[in-house]
Amino acid sequence: MATIDEVKAAEGSDEAPQYKVIGTRPIRHDGADKVTGRALYGADIKIKGMIFGAILRSPHAHANIKSIDTSKAEAFPGVRAVVTSADLPEPGDKIAELGEGAVVLNHLSSNNLARTKVLYKGHAVAAVAADNLHTAQEAASLIEVEYEVLPPVMDVLKAMEDSAPVLNPDVRTEEASTGEKGDKPTNVAKHIVFEKGDIEKGFADAKYVIEREFRTSTVHQGYIEPHVATVLWNNDGQITVWTPTQGTFSVRSQMAELLHVPLARVKVVPAEIGGGFGGKISVYLAPAAAVLSRKAGVPVQIVMDRADVLQATGPTPGSFIRIKMGVDADGRLTAAEAWMAYEAGGYPGSPIGAGAMCVFSCYDIPNGRVEGYDVCVNKPRTNAYRAPGATNAAFATETVVDELCEKLGMEPVEFRLLNASKEGTRRIDGVTYPRIGLVETLEAIKNSEHYKTPLTGPNQGRGIGSGFWFNAGLKSAVTATVNSDGSVGLLEGSTDIGGSRTAIAMQFAEALGLAAEDIKPAVVDTDSVGYTDVTGGSRVTYATGWAAYEAAQDLKRQIVTRAAELWDVDPAQVSYEDGSVIGPAKSMTFKEIAVELSTEGEPLVARGVSNHNEPGGAFGTHLVDVEVDPDTGKVDILRYTAAQDCGTAIHPAYVEGQIQGGAVQGIGWGLNEEYWYDETGSMRNANFLDYRIPTCYDLPMIDAIIVEVPNPGHPYGVRGVGEVPIVPPPAALEAAIHNAVGVRMYELPMSPPRVLHELLKKES
Amino acid sequence: MPRLFIPPLLRPYCEGKEEVIVEGATVLEAVQSLDQQYSGVMERLCPEGKLRAGMSVTVDQNVTPRGLAQKVSPESEIHFLPAIGGG
Repeated sequence: MATIDEVKAAEGSDEAPQYKVIGTRPIRHDGADKVTGRALYGADIKIKGMIFGAILRSPHAHANIKSIDTSKAEAFPGVRAVVTSADLPEPGDKIAELGEGAVVLNHLSSNNLARTKVLYKGHAVAAVAADNLHTAQEAASLIEVEYEVLPPVMDVLKAMEDSAPVLNPDVRTEEASTGEKGDKPTNVAKHIVFEKGDIEKGFADAKYVIEREFRTSTVHQGYIEPHVATVLWNNDGQITVWTPTQGTFSVRSQMAELLHVPLARVKVVPAEIGGGFGGKISVYLAPAAAVLSRKAGVPVQIVMDRADVLQATGPTPGSFIRIKMGVDADGRLTAAEAWMAYEAGGYPGSPIGAGAMCVFSCYDIPNGRVEGYDVCVNKPRTNAYRAPGATNAAFATETVVDELCEKLGMEPVEFRLLNASKEGTRRIDGVTYPRIGLVETLEAIKNSEHYKTPLTGPNQGRGIGSGFWFNAGLKSAVTATVNSDGSVGLLEGSTDIGGSRTAIAMQFAEALGLAAEDIKPAVVDTDSVGYTDVTGGSRVTYATGWAAYEAAQDLKRQIVTRAAELWDVDPAQVSYEDGSVIGPAKSMTFKEIAVELSTEGEPLVARGVSNHNEPGGAFGTHLVDVEVDPDTGKVDILRYTAAQDCGTAIHPAYVEGQIQGGAVQGIGWGLNEEYWYDETGSMRNANFLDYRIPTCYDLPMIDAIIVEVPNPGHPYGVRGVGEVPIVPPPAALEAAIHNAVGVRMYELPMSPPRVLHELLKKES
Repeated sequence: MPRLFIPPLLRPYCEGKEEVIVEGATVLEAVQSLDQQYSGVMERLCPEGKLRAGMSVTVDQNVTPRGLAQKVSPESEIHFLPAIGGG
């Protein structure tokens, strides 16, 4: 596990590394607080006078709300406020842009407090604030809701049938590219089509054609910290929200839109965040806490328990996918076709668009067609989860690719090298790739010790899978303040999930010739830094790092100008190089000039912003060895290696951590994780004992190979890292299971009962 | 001259073409040029001269944050695709 410079150094190369700070592994700035338990997460926030909230949730998966009687709860001793959807402003039919996507406000508002219908078990219906949590919970149980229970629809294909119960009367099927809408209510919210070339000719040219159907289950992000919101709606109309979130500015926008207040009246203060992976962007508690606070006149804190998190926040969708692919006798892909239906949950908005764009993204295919559907079912409204939509798609495509390799008698890695997307490859959706590194990840796997080491025992198998994710750019801002001793405070709006404080500070330090330790990064509230989009889309090291780079350039310009004034020379004669400002007669280090300028003139404050969108895209290829117990169907992972094109690894340890973490989540998705619903639409495994995420006891060390193909669209070549490693694991595991015991798995998770079922079917 | 790629469901309104050569220095001007060739397409692609919610514009390999205001060069490729969000 090493970067290019680290490998060169280890081999005794005397070639100077390209960077001084980038590529090193400094101790993270927030490390001590986090390992000593001093960091303040959402539930650690205590505000003077704070009371506690509880949410009443629907016991039904699908029902009309006929009436809500809160009188008994309001009369309960210790209760300070009770709210329902009637306390939220009528959202109308507005669609709001919230940075990383558009949101139908009526749906967002109703998801926070149901208006006329409940659309999944756990849907919030009312909220109570009281002097303590137990009182709030007891009072919430006294709220009387009269429901008209409706039949739920839990399966994506059944939900598409004309006879299916319709969840949202306002939803019509929208053709994504034309905007045309159907004329009757339906669960099918969106239809997407991509086409390239001549699909019929492509399949006619194929020697082998394989068509398979796949299903994947609803899966949760599984962040350890539950959702928390603490809100004060002050008497002067100012609203302050303390919450662990991936996007403080997104929370501010959602609150302003849902509560009909100006943006400037909402301040969002980020708590440390115990994992998000896309699931901590939407608001679930803060609007209810706000209106409770307005009624009670004091701050209100609401904390979810694990069952709430699983049943009432946004998991990633279950899906049905049909894939058909053809190859010629030489193993070249001639055509590919996909039909994909993703569950949106209660309200529209599954990641079908991304899934449809990713499904064949690893391959150069001359002829193709992709059709996708966004479908409402009686499950919680889905939300982003690490490379949203891509893992489902890759599982299906890569499994068919593995079967094609078997037909052709071709090594899967050689097949992929022959057909891999490269710079200039045109995807089925029409876009061509810039410089990308898929081939390099395949070669890294092919050259790895793992690949060269044979398996040793019975029921063992090896599998390979590749995956792609776009990454994002979007907007970021940072402010740098130079202290009188030459240290620098760096204010940023990107909440730090994976060590981004340090990765951003390192880019700032690199640009100024300073050490990472000279910089003190701080994630601050929405009143204290410029607008910054969410920590999502693998964008923070890329985009906020770029903003930090720009702030460093701003600072250099100021230092040059001020030094020229100080030395009474023409600014053109002064330059900033390698950590020093240099004039015709003298030079000073950054620290020396900072000390000097602190006593002369105005303070040194710099700003940097970015809104670039050349994130480069990221590819990963994973290799896994498994052993399958033929008596139980349990799959044990023996060895796992993940190679990923990371552009330039700013902090290699964090990059490795992202690759390892993503791979582990993909393994959980592949082998164990699923929402288990009964026929009434009730989730029966809403806890971490029964919803089984992998732990360190289940896994070997994940070997991460950092492949560096610098992104030409960034000053330091950064690509997003965080999302793509979740994409290949289920497909790689499927291939490994097949090679171990000879059965094909077309449904996730590939849990022991499912594997055993296939083994028994094979034997019989 | 920029090439504007036509989404499959819009192709029936553009004589079945996968791409059309257009004029213009911005994406909006390119769409207006397309509309001059195939009347009514603009209203479907970007009604009232605005990008529809849930859609994005890709120019020369990258989704542009500037939407219809994005400048294009004579060599540019323009694509209209679903907007996506990451995790």
